[in-house]
Amino acid sequence: MVRVLLNVPKQVRKGEPFDVKLLISHPMESGQRRDAMGLAIPRDIVRRLVCTFDTEEVFGMDLFPAIAANPFLVFSAQIERSGTLSIMFTDDHGVVQTETAAVEAV
Amino acid sequence: MTGVEHDAIVSDRSSRSNSVFDRAIQTSGDATSGHRALTRRAAVAAGLAMPFVAQGQGKARVAIVGGGFGGASAARALRQYAPSVDVVLIEANETFTACPFSNLAIVGVRPIEAQQFGYRALAADGIRVIHATATDIDATGKRVALSNGASVPYDRLILSPGIDIDWHALPGYDEAASTRMPHAWKAGAQTVLLRDRLAAMPDGGTVVMSVPPNPYRCPPGPYERASLIAWYLRGAKPRSKLLVLDSKDSFSKQKLFQAGWARLYPGILEWVSQSNGGTVTGVDPAASVFKTDFGDHKADVANVIPPQRAGKIAAIAGVADKTGWCPIDPVSFESRLVPGIHVIGDAAIAGAMPKSAFAANAQAKACAAAVARLLDGGTPDEPILINTCYSLLAQGYGISVAGVYRPVGGVLAEVPGSGGTSPLEEADDFRYREAQNADAWFKTIAHEAFG
Repeated sequence: MVRVLLNVPKQVRKGEPFDVKLLISHPMESGQRRDAMGLAIPRDIVRRLVCTFDTEEVFGMDLFPAIAANPFLVFSAQIERSGTLSIMFTDDHGVVQTETAAVEAV
Repeated sequence: MTGVEHDAIVSDRSSRSNSVFDRAIQTSGDATSGHRALTRRAAVAAGLAMPFVAQGQGKARVAIVGGGFGGASAARALRQYAPSVDVVLIEANETFTACPFSNLAIVGVRPIEAQQFGYRALAADGIRVIHATATDIDATGKRVALSNGASVPYDRLILSPGIDIDWHALPGYDEAASTRMPHAWKAGAQTVLLRDRLAAMPDGGTVVMSVPPNPYRCPPGPYERASLIAWYLRGAKPRSKLLVLDSKDSFSKQKLFQAGWARLYPGILEWVSQSNGGTVTGVDPAASVFKTDFGDHKADVANVIPPQRAGKIAAIAGVADKTGWCPIDPVSFESRLVPGIHVIGDAAIAGAMPKSAFAANAQAKACAAAVARLLDGGTPDEPILINTCYSLLAQGYGISVAGVYRPVGGVLAEVPGSGGTSPLEEADDFRYREAQNADAWFKTIAHEAFG
């Protein structure tokens, strides 16, 4: 588990764009660095992030080694009905983590 | 730089006699009275772009803008290194209020007057001190225009303007906002305002402080201030809390600060790093609220340490680049953008050197030596510069970081293995001695700059 901050408005207007903000505390180790002994530090990055609204995928993103540690991601979404936004991501250890937020459309 | 190094600079000049100018002087058989005229003639004859010293007058003139640790130290050093040079110091205020140790004034254990210095000793040194604001600089005509309507001619100009708050960098934070959410990052009225707000806060209140991204004046300063505010709360208002919202994940002397906080201020001081959502994206001064991407924080007492840039005159002179700070040559501190203007202290981009009073003082002396040499038609020596920053975690509990710097590849770089921080595991008497050293340091540097 890594620490994730997710900011989604609790209430939005139907059809009006809003920001989804996400801060993932992840080392994003590139695999290019060496430790004090000269040994390669194994790559450990978040590879894939997907956002679903209820069951439908609405946003997806591939991440690469050049992305800095603790990625801060912002994207826009708009919804026509109330539901749940879920953010799922996978890293090199295969860990899948999910964060959710309920959004009410008015 | 010590007097010993100063002697080295002076005596070195006589051994450097293979330049066109020195040969001209020597063959003329007149090394003193006609020196400057000959220097000029020789330079013209050689077709070189040399600084024409004291055109039409007997004395070379150096103007210095800004009477803080950098400017005052530069003025006094120049009087020492080049007694024949006319030195004019331009400073708006008749009293200087020092930032180092002002965090003790904020928590009420040091009178603000102990931070204040005048310019009498500089005047006694033969420095002409003009209390006016430099409003414009004509780099071609080599004149500084002043708010009192006068103008000061110079052969070389040293700018030591310190910082200005960047009033456009943090949404909601303008000059009016600083009366509700003081920055106290320029010592004086703001320091007193924050002190009075803290004193008036009822027990159980929340103090919120925000820390900007690098670079800013005094890298460990926010963390010393956080420590001392927590120290004050622990003693005077023990049900209160301090929240520190930081735009960074790492900072100067971090391990020492965090070990001290864990021991001294558990449950009082909470530090929120960038990766934990600490970046402040705006403020609402009317509501005393700090905004982040992940929520708002309401403060009973707010302290916004805002983004900064070089003092305004740097931009007017054209020596500040798009970062807001001033690129310099690390040997002479001459601007990379405008020849004939040197920049020292917080305003300069000094590579690995931090923006501190100690660094400004060290740079001032190196710059003064370089300016003295340049006015004499010589080439400045590469300086070696030292900085130490003390921080207090409580009254009588000090830590420090030190470094040695020299020009490498056009920037000031830290000499490998030269510096370091206080040891992590040490007894309280060691911390107490460092606090005493900090006190001695302040007395010494203030005496050197202001007499």
